[in-house]
Amino acid sequence: MRIECPFCGERDVSEFAYLGDAGYRRPPADSQGLAERFYEAVYLRENPAGPHQELWYHAAGCLSWLRVTRNTRTHEIIAVGLATQAPGS
Amino acid sequence: MSPNRLGEGEGAIRRERILSFTFDGKRYTGHPGDTLASALLAAGVRVVGRSFKYHRPRGILTAGSEEPNALVELRTGARREPNTRATVVELFDGLEALSQNRWPSLLVDFGAINSLLSPIFIAGFYYKTFMWPAAFWEKVYEPAIRRAAGLGRASLEADPDTYEKAHAFCDLLVVGGGPAGLAAALAAGRAGARVILCDEDFLLGGRLNGDRHEIDGKGGGHWARQIAEELASLPEVRVMTRITVFGAYDGNTFGALERVADHLPVPAAHQPRQRLWKIVARRTVLAAGALERPIVFGGNDRPGVMLASAVRTYVNRFRVTPGRRTAVFTTCDDGWKTVFDLLDARVDVPVVVDARREIPAALANEASRRGLRVMLGAQILDAHGAKGVGAIDVRDERGRTLRIAADALAVAGGWSPNAALSTHLGGRPQWSDAIHAHVPGDLPRGMIAVGGAAGDFSLAGALRAGAAAGLEAARAAGFEAPAQSPPRVDDEAVGCAPLWFVAGARGKAFVDPQHDVTIKDVAVATREGFQSAELLKRYTTLGMGTDQGKTSALNGHALVAALTGRAPSDLGTIASRPPYTPVAIGALAGMHRGAAFKPCRLTPSHRWAQSRGATFVDLGEWRRAKAFPLEGERDWKRTLVREVRGVRTGVGVCDVSTLGKIDVQGPDAGIFLDRVYANVMSSLPVGKARYGIMLREDGIVFDDGTVAHLAPGHFLLSTTSAHAVKVLQHLEHARQVLWPELDVQLASVTEQWAQFAVAGPRSRALLERLLRGAVDVSNAAFPYVACAEFQWQGRPARLFRISFSGELAYELAVPSTWGDATVRAIMTAGEDLGVVPYGMEALGTMRIEKGHLAGAELNGTTTAHDLGLGRMMSVQKDYIGRVLAGRPGLCAPDRPALIGVKPSRLDAKITAGAHFLRIGARPSLANDEGFVSSVTFSPTLGHWIGLGLLSGGPKRIGERVRAHDPLSGGDVEVEVEVVNPVFYDPDGKRLRD
Repeated sequence: MRIECPFCGERDVSEFAYLGDAGYRRPPADSQGLAERFYEAVYLRENPAGPHQELWYHAAGCLSWLRVTRNTRTHEIIAVGLATQAPGS
Repeated sequence: MSPNRLGEGEGAIRRERILSFTFDGKRYTGHPGDTLASALLAAGVRVVGRSFKYHRPRGILTAGSEEPNALVELRTGARREPNTRATVVELFDGLEALSQNRWPSLLVDFGAINSLLSPIFIAGFYYKTFMWPAAFWEKVYEPAIRRAAGLGRASLEADPDTYEKAHAFCDLLVVGGGPAGLAAALAAGRAGARVILCDEDFLLGGRLNGDRHEIDGKGGGHWARQIAEELASLPEVRVMTRITVFGAYDGNTFGALERVADHLPVPAAHQPRQRLWKIVARRTVLAAGALERPIVFGGNDRPGVMLASAVRTYVNRFRVTPGRRTAVFTTCDDGWKTVFDLLDARVDVPVVVDARREIPAALANEASRRGLRVMLGAQILDAHGAKGVGAIDVRDERGRTLRIAADALAVAGGWSPNAALSTHLGGRPQWSDAIHAHVPGDLPRGMIAVGGAAGDFSLAGALRAGAAAGLEAARAAGFEAPAQSPPRVDDEAVGCAPLWFVAGARGKAFVDPQHDVTIKDVAVATREGFQSAELLKRYTTLGMGTDQGKTSALNGHALVAALTGRAPSDLGTIASRPPYTPVAIGALAGMHRGAAFKPCRLTPSHRWAQSRGATFVDLGEWRRAKAFPLEGERDWKRTLVREVRGVRTGVGVCDVSTLGKIDVQGPDAGIFLDRVYANVMSSLPVGKARYGIMLREDGIVFDDGTVAHLAPGHFLLSTTSAHAVKVLQHLEHARQVLWPELDVQLASVTEQWAQFAVAGPRSRALLERLLRGAVDVSNAAFPYVACAEFQWQGRPARLFRISFSGELAYELAVPSTWGDATVRAIMTAGEDLGVVPYGMEALGTMRIEKGHLAGAELNGTTTAHDLGLGRMMSVQKDYIGRVLAGRPGLCAPDRPALIGVKPSRLDAKITAGAHFLRIGARPSLANDEGFVSSVTFSPTLGHWIGLGLLSGGPKRIGERVRAHDPLSGGDVEVEVEVVNPVFYDPDGKRLRD
């Protein structure tokens, strides 16, 4: 697999570390039902068959966290953006 | 000496040179350009191996990498390599080969008795025969099976050769150097595209070398060499031979194995034996050709039975015939090429058996012109002969059986596209009724199949499709590429009628000769309900050999289809998986073995430590000084005691550069640190350091270390050596993903700074002399947990008053290039103070004496409460891990928590990993109360001590429990007393003076 890092260009997957579902949102400290919300955020992740937004870390490169849209059926990389930018922006 | 070498014609061998080799110790000769198989055939050697299960004599079936039978051990000693296919082994002078799986000798093999036991070895026999009694499996069945059913023997010595890895990138990767592949490479190469062409053979041309073709009025082999010359002249084209593209991977990446020196006795100086390539290609042309299918009949495994195309290859390319009286059994037009090539080579063809009732008139006319005996609508039932074919039984179209003498038999069952690489990414081949075989289905993106690999078996079609695919790839890469007229070639007949097996054979009929799977086995499996391709494979082991069923899978499927009244297409297919042909583990490992298995990071003081006679220990990637034994100090304990006492009573120095160092800067640095540490960091004044713990979001402790506030908006974190990389990743995640709005930057500076602990009551005196006022180290000016950045001898330096040993101690940091000079300066400055260098052993001992944590306690299952650090968890702020650390299960009072232990009998030793049991409790999982995490002999206390995690934790101090260790081989049980985990100076007075 090859991922096109916005800073470094197209690089081999061995340079990247995988985290998982990019939909993870840390619940704000003042929200209701914190324990339940954290439990869901930490343990319940989407794992679709098909296009999926994931977080990848360019560990052997620029240390950027990337938001990668990958088809989990085909391993096709559909889009890559920086995680610092909100999805779609 | 070479009875089967044809008298005239060069083929692709160089007769003027003679190469000498041995097979099973007997000497033979061949020529450059020969394979081991062609040289053995030339010498009249028919039996080259014994089969897997029945130990039947086996010969050579093919002329390529699909060979199921002719597996030999190559070379001797440390270079001995089992299961090499004689059909692809390039002959060299001095080659030594041995046959496999026979005892005592190839021609007299006692294992052949298995043939008589064949009712036992039926399909599924592993599942049926060796079921009971259970105790027999390990002691009787498995050793017996392994001895009987082995393939070759691996060398047990270390491989003396090297293997390396390489990467390549191209616009077009062409897999296969036959006519289609050459045409594709040429078209793209002429346009200027970056092209890589790979062929597994050592001679480009594919079937052009084995068949007699004319292209533009020249012989096919001649044409291939002319194209190869032009390709070599194109600067962006790289042609590689002796390389197998064995796998297609995601992102247009391909794995390929180049056999750099397999054709030489030993690799040339500084050359690897093999090279593993990772090739990234925008486009791929799959021009891997096709594989000829056998027809399954009785005794079809006998030496002398050979695929018809292989016979042509041996005749035309190697000028060898498998026999002087070679019959031909075909079901397609292609088999007739073999007939005429044999006749033109003056080999007798006693009969041509064509299963079809009608054949093209051109073939029939040519046959009658040559006076051939042709039997149409006939089938071969059985081949006979103990050590090779001697006669065949033919059933004619009216059902009469007659016996015909023949010493070899060429079999042409039609061709199947070699579509392996098209299926590696999940594509499934599709059935084609036109060619009675599977053609590539949904191909990976960027890949196109041409020629035989696409099911197009005519030379003209292969050349045309190859050129078109090459042009298309060049244009896709942005090159101008005018179309060129294809070369002139003759049309050829490629008609084929399916015939997979012959019913009514009397002898054993082998569907998969490598795994000895017969028609009977497949029938049994079918009767027992294993009727899908995947189940058939697993139940009968059909296609599970080193050849992965290249010449057997489709016949097996067709057989099941016939037995169950279906069409072969209904059975589905088995997608082939990488690697296409076996890849040695050595090639996959490449340079990464022995000392180069993983990186070795040396500390800044490494050379100094070596000069002091230090012993070393590898911890993760770091190589650290373990101890500094003095001359004559043979007992590790004496060294440990001396180093620890030296620190506790005087002063010592230790390289602690391996601790992770992360520089944190920015206006929001304090807020950021508050969110990632459990304790408050933003309140830390400039010039101070603080111990901190980081949790994971699930509430478990992740790492610990110190935070130093060097300047406003500038912090320096330390991490454990093991977690340096992971902590940075975690912090970058927090910074970039969780809180991108914070203005803060991170950088790893682990390798930029050398850091030395100077520890012991005399450490201040040492530093005063060393730093000479560059910084005031008095207790008033530089108290416990102070930190400072300053200039020392014109260079930046940092000093921290922190202590892992529990003594008055400092850590001095300098740019890492000055680390060696600095440690020597420390030693000089401390010489008359009796400064001792100390290593990991003493460091670890002193940290256990102080109850400090390390990897054994920060093990990914412990909470801050478990480790006695619950007080550090701030209640004034939010931080990673806060919420989930409060889960009831993580706060349960009976969770194992940190305690110290000492043996009740002080001369007893405790072992790490021992489990805690109550006195009198039976050792069982239910009675388990935790375990000993770290142990050391304490020079300060004079006995063994340990840290551990015990249910209930510090509440049980004063209690006695058992430390139970059935694994270490020493005392299984030691009674220990539960004590405070801080064994030494529990009030911390020594730190602060």
